[in-house]
Amino acid sequence: MKVLVPVKRVIDYNVKVRVKADGGGVDLANVKMSMNPFDEIAVEEAIRLKEAGVVSEIVAVSIGVKQNQETLRTALAMGADRAILVIAAEDVHTDIEPLAVAKLLKAIAEEEEPGLILLGKQAIDNDMNATGQMLSALLGWSQATFASELAVEGDSATVTREVDGGLQTIKVTMPAIVTVDLRLNEPRYASLPNIMKAKRKPLDEKTPADYGVDVAPRLTITKTAEPSGRAAGVIVADVAELVAKLKDEAGVI
Amino acid sequence: MAVLLLAEINGGELSADQTGKAVTAAKSLGDVTVLCASAGCADAAAAAAKLDGVAAVLCADDAAYGNGLAEPIADLIVSLAGDFDHIVAPATSNGKNILPRVAALLDVMVISDVTGIVSADTFERPIYAGNAVQTVQSADAKKVISIRTSGFDAAAETGSASVTSVDAAGDPGLSSWVEDKVQASDRPELTSAKVIVSGGRGVGSEENFAIIEQLADKLGAAVGASRAAVDSGFAPNDWQVGQTGKVVAPELYIAIGISGAIQHLAGMKDSKVIVAINKDEEAPIFQVADYGLVADLFDAVPALNDALG
Repeated sequence: MKVLVPVKRVIDYNVKVRVKADGGGVDLANVKMSMNPFDEIAVEEAIRLKEAGVVSEIVAVSIGVKQNQETLRTALAMGADRAILVIAAEDVHTDIEPLAVAKLLKAIAEEEEPGLILLGKQAIDNDMNATGQMLSALLGWSQATFASELAVEGDSATVTREVDGGLQTIKVTMPAIVTVDLRLNEPRYASLPNIMKAKRKPLDEKTPADYGVDVAPRLTITKTAEPSGRAAGVIVADVAELVAKLKDEAGVI
Repeated sequence: MAVLLLAEINGGELSADQTGKAVTAAKSLGDVTVLCASAGCADAAAAAAKLDGVAAVLCADDAAYGNGLAEPIADLIVSLAGDFDHIVAPATSNGKNILPRVAALLDVMVISDVTGIVSADTFERPIYAGNAVQTVQSADAKKVISIRTSGFDAAAETGSASVTSVDAAGDPGLSSWVEDKVQASDRPELTSAKVIVSGGRGVGSEENFAIIEQLADKLGAAVGASRAAVDSGFAPNDWQVGQTGKVVAPELYIAIGISGAIQHLAGMKDSKVIVAINKDEEAPIFQVADYGLVADLFDAVPALNDALG
């Protein structure tokens, strides 16, 4: 079985986000970029399925700017077999919307015919939490979001999902879309020899036109602002003072 | 303008809190019709009909809707969508599972986790784990939006909307439910609790979480946890507060042994009063806390428990 793993290039999760003073977005010029952490978990899961003999080939896909090559090389160094890059924007500040990404991934899935598509549940930049569900709808495939456990059994898979009330286990028919949550696995670091080897793995470059997909956005971002701040309060000396403040000043207990 | 709002239903029971807060947000957009999709939805529909701001309730009763599976519920919403300009749901794990699927089937872009409604086509939502707030305007014919409920008031239960049955839209049979592991608890729900006591990595073990729970029970509070505590196995996943867990805004939030990582702050910084107890005085949690106590939690929490009588 072939697995498709879409990966997004986002601001590194350790970098402090700076909102541009003119309200025109978040500053991404000369900022460290990395693979979306949830997508790393998806890549890791694909590799574990390959190591378990369930999966024969892992194809990593990224949609964005030319620099997404680096993100794909990371996936290849972790253990993906080949990569497809769809260059859909020139400016790193252009975020391709989940609907357009899902349309491109649908076209790629129809060409590649994977049995499973593993995606991160959300990207840590736009936090939209949508691409997997949208792709599943467009393909008419089964959908299991927020996976914390995944077991593939022939023509179906059993997925445990992290939901508001606790955990839900569902069974999905293959081919399936699974979006992964934090506790599915801990992604590996790529070793130096594998980073070197990844440079020779195939990486195809495409454009949205190759797939006949219009990536024009449906949403116009009219403003990006800093969230309203919260001032630090006071440090109390001991528990007695804390209780007094909560009772008399804040009136919450 | 008309709004179709997917009710939050778990185990056949309406979440009046989540559904009502979403109604509060959505009623500025137009008449709100609440859709109750469940196996045996009469009770949930009757409860939804009482929520203030609800103009009508649709009840879709089918076994396929009993466990919140995305495929059949998305198909149901699409079958009803023709009459509505806005399709709305609370941004619960159900809403986030189902709405993007609905949006793709309608060929529109979903707008997730909306915290503010500016106009019929313009919405505010947090991005980058709450480090920025984006205002977006949709050019789509229909707007499909999920509401982050923590910033909206609960709806009073004095209404009396009419309930109409609607036909099920069939089950594509792509997935099936196996089991739910839901922890039974007498404590209030995290997302609607007035007081929350949360523990972090500093609590140290699953056993030690007992002191967090004791304090919570004394205050009639819900128990929360940081991602670090959940990842370490100290607390179950459904206790997680943060950008990828639950977003809460109680009257009082007590953070114990929590350093205050950005993604945790994103889930609780709109609480009315924040208390932090941490032995590291440099912990970022103190920058958002109204009252900070620099102390070993294993001394301070039992003392606080005693002081509350």
